[in-house]
This record gives sequence, structure tokens and C-alpha cells, in this order.
Amino acid sequence: MKIIYILTLVPFIGILGFLPFVNKIEPYVLGMPFNMFWMAMWVVLTSAILGIMYKLDPRNREGDQE
Amino acid sequence: MNIALLIILAFLLLSIFLGIRSSKGKDMDLEQWTVGGRGFGAIFVFLLMAGEIYTTFSFLGGSGWAYGKGAPALYVLIYITLSYVLSYWLLPEIWRYAKENKLMSQSDFFVSKYKSPSLGILAALVGVVSMIPVIVVQLKGLGIIVSEASYGAISMSEAVWMGAISLTIYVMISGIHGSVWTAVIKDIMMVAIIGFLGIYLPIHYFGGFQPMFEAVDAAKPGFLKFPDQGLSVSWFISTVILLVFGFYMWPQVFSAVYSARSGKVFRKNAIISPLYTLMLLFVFFVGFTAILKVPGLVGADADLSLLRLSIETFDPWFIGIIGGAGLLTALVPGSMLLMSVATLLAKNVYKEFAPDVSDRHIVRLAKFLVPIIALIAVYFTLNGGETMSALILMGYSLITQLFPSLLFSLKRNNPINKFGAIAGIITGLAIVICITLSQSTIGTLFPSLPQAAKDLNVGIIALAVNFIVMITVSIAFRKHAVQLEPKSVNDI
Repeated sequence: MKIIYILTLVPFIGILGFLPFVNKIEPYVLGMPFNMFWMAMWVVLTSAILGIMYKLDPRNREGDQE
Repeated sequence: MNIALLIILAFLLLSIFLGIRSSKGKDMDLEQWTVGGRGFGAIFVFLLMAGEIYTTFSFLGGSGWAYGKGAPALYVLIYITLSYVLSYWLLPEIWRYAKENKLMSQSDFFVSKYKSPSLGILAALVGVVSMIPVIVVQLKGLGIIVSEASYGAISMSEAVWMGAISLTIYVMISGIHGSVWTAVIKDIMMVAIIGFLGIYLPIHYFGGFQPMFEAVDAAKPGFLKFPDQGLSVSWFISTVILLVFGFYMWPQVFSAVYSARSGKVFRKNAIISPLYTLMLLFVFFVGFTAILKVPGLVGADADLSLLRLSIETFDPWFIGIIGGAGLLTALVPGSMLLMSVATLLAKNVYKEFAPDVSDRHIVRLAKFLVPIIALIAVYFTLNGGETMSALILMGYSLITQLFPSLLFSLKRNNPINKFGAIAGIITGLAIVICITLSQSTIGTLFPSLPQAAKDLNVGIIALAVNFIVMITVSIAFRKHAVQLEPKSVNDI
């Protein structure tokens, strides 16, 4: 359970916490300014993190009942 | 009438037709339709929620902010994404409690948790007040689409009236529930059109994304970064947090939670939903392309940028298709919002004062209220000069006031009682309204603070005061509060 709680915070830290350090245009990645790319990347990472949380969460192993 | 308007009209008639068809044979009220027997699986709940979350705001307002404000527009992408992280924990809890207690609406949730019908009425009224700006956004969207697609023949205010009338007719004819299929068509069309425009326009005009951004950066230095003051990094962080807290507080979204088959549905949807928001990137690309190609749109006119650029680029028939998709993104959520407001007023406010009236009577009253609410929204649409984004942020500042008492109600031994909840919500609302009317920012209220603190979203203050008042009053009235919730049976 513990790891899941930490994972929950990761997207918030990655996007909001790092913003002051990634607020720049260069280098361009995938055609986007760096700050925009950073956020787009974190949207994908958030999806992956939620996927990991889902796998680790014992509540999801039982059927549809809870 | 030109070909663009004809195509848009065809979309309107098609959606009304689908609405009529879907309402035949079923005579359900809004809650029954939304709650749907609590049997919906992941895909259906996803569509239901996407239908309510992605409105004409994502279509026109998102590109409008990219056009007018630059990088800060990214908040739209981020708050939706981070809300899904919250949903992983929040929604299964709400769903289970609602199921155990057979709840139908958001008001019911507050009534049941705090054993206070007054709090339920208050929550319903907060919902009503918060949804009005969002309805205004949909009307603005309809107005923009129709007036732009008429190539100047129809003025903005005439177009807003036409939009409001269409919306009202759509709600009245398609019965008390809209068509799910219209919502599905809307999402498919929106994704297809936005994806196409976001890829085609930068390549057509600049040869690619990076050349487009470089040109914008050269023409407007600093525009692609968060500025040092104003819509700065601290504005962004505080705004996103505020919006994440408010995201699931909308009454129509809240009750859509009830429709799921299990709590697992939300945890599953949380994985895939962030990827869907990436579509908004393409909306931003359109807005950024428009900066250099259709310059000169200032203030609320920035919301016109997507359509102006499209008109510059494409033939009228294609403007009709874009307009048609835009029409659906306003009509589908607009009708849900209008119905929600009408139902909240009829069922969760009026019925509380007149408990003996029949359900038929309530349904009739809700229908009667629809045109009145539409009129009120028209009034605000024609008399307010705000951008869509400003309106959405205002709605969120209001609805977020429900979050503290809702969050605490999920705790097993809730230290908050109904007195605290009611006092907190009312104080929070009062502050939001004062701030909005006086157009204050933290900077104007506390000029001596450092810049980063001045830029914080002013809605945060209302939320913080709400929180403090809620706790203080709860402690002060501890003795008066009746024994609250008998703890729920199977907590984690």
C-alpha cells in the first residue's frame, strides 16, 4: 500500500514541482518547446504510473465485487 | 444562407433527431438516466464523463488561451491529467458510499453524510451558481460558431440568441435525458477535427511544429514561457491544484460516478484517461499557429482564433463540418448542464420545501425552468466580456468550495459536522463572489507580498478560509452536533 501512496504524488511533483526548472523553450523536443514537451511527457508518464498503481493495488485483484 | 451554415444546421437537426429517437419508449428522469442502474462498465463511464468534461471550451477556449496567453494555456492539459490521479482514490469511495445508501444525486451525498437536508440544498445551490458560467461558455461557443460560419452575415448577439433557442429546443424535445449516441458522435468528431487541424495547420503554414513555434518565439519573445509575473509558475501551480480539487465536484459529473458497476471501473479508467487529454495539445497547436496568421484578436476575441484561422484556410463546406463538430461540443454538454441545473432546482431545492409534490410535477417544473435558465445565461453571455477561460475558472472557484467538506466526509470519523460544513461553504462562496466583483488578485489585496505569492490563484484564499472556518465552527458546535455517521461497514 505504501508504494502506491508515494506513486500518487509522483505526477504532482514531476509536473508542478519541477516546473520552475523546466520553464524554457530550448531544446525543442518532438517539435515542441521544452516546457510543453515536459508536460506532454508527464501526461504519458502519469498514465503509466496509474497503470503500475493499478497492478500493485490488491483491491484490483479481486473480481468486480468490493 | 451559405453552405457552412447549412451544414451546421444539418448537424443540429441530426442531433435533435437522435435526441427524439433516444427518448422514445423510456420515460426516465435525469437521475435515473445518469445513474443508469449502476451497471455501466469502464468504457461507458469513460464516454459519459468525457462527454461532460470536454466541452466547447476545450475546442475554442483552449486555442483561444494559447493564442492570447501562450504557455499558461497548458493548465488545461495538466489539471485534467492530475484530476485522474485524484480520481483513482476519490471516485471508488464516493461510488461505494452512494451504492450502499442508494443515492441519486450529489445533494443526497451531502444530506446523507452530514444528516442535514439544509446542506443538501446548499450544495445544490452551489452547483447551480457554478454551472451558470459554464452554460455561458457553451452559449458563447454556439454564438461564435454560428456568427463566424455566417461570414459576418449574423451578428454575435443574434447568434447567441439562436444558440440559446437551439439549445432549449434540443433539451425540451430530446426529453429529460440527452442522447448518449450524440455524445459519442460528438467525441469522435471532436477528436478527428482537432487532430486534423492541429497537424495540418502548422505544417501547411510553417512546414512543421518546430518552425511554427520558432516563428512565434521570434515574433513574441517570452510568449512560450511562463512569465515572471502574472500568469507565472506559481499561478500555474495554484490554479492547477484548485481545479483538481473542483474537478469531480460538478453535480453532473459527481452523479455520473454513481452509474458505474464497480469501484474498479474508475481505477481502470484513470490509467487510460490522461492519454485522452493529449488531444488538447493539438488544440494549442491551432491557437499558436493562429497568432501569426490571424493576428489582432484581443481580449475575449481570442476565442475566435480557431475558426478565424480555419476560415482563412479552408472552403466554406469544411467550415461547416468544423462548425458542426463545434456545435455538438456545445450542444451535448450544454444540454446536460441545463438539465442538471433545472433538475437541481426542481428536485433538490424546490422539493425539499414542498415534499408532498409528485415526481411528475417535479419533472414538469424542471422542464419549465429550462428556458428560464437559458434566458439568464443569455443575459450573462451578452453582458460579459470575459474569455471562456476566465468563465471556466470562475465556475471552478465556486464549485471547489464543496471539496473540503466532501473530502472530510469520506473519513471514517469525520471531525466536521454540518454546522462547520455549511459555514465553510458559505464563507468560501462569499469570498469568491467579493473577489470576482471587485476583480481583486492577491497582488491587489496584499501588495507587500513577494511576487510568487501575489500570483497565486485568488480562489486558493477562498478555499483556505473555507477550510479554516469549517474546522473552527465544527469544534465550536461540537456539542450541538448529533452523533454523525455510523461508520460504514467495509472500510479499507
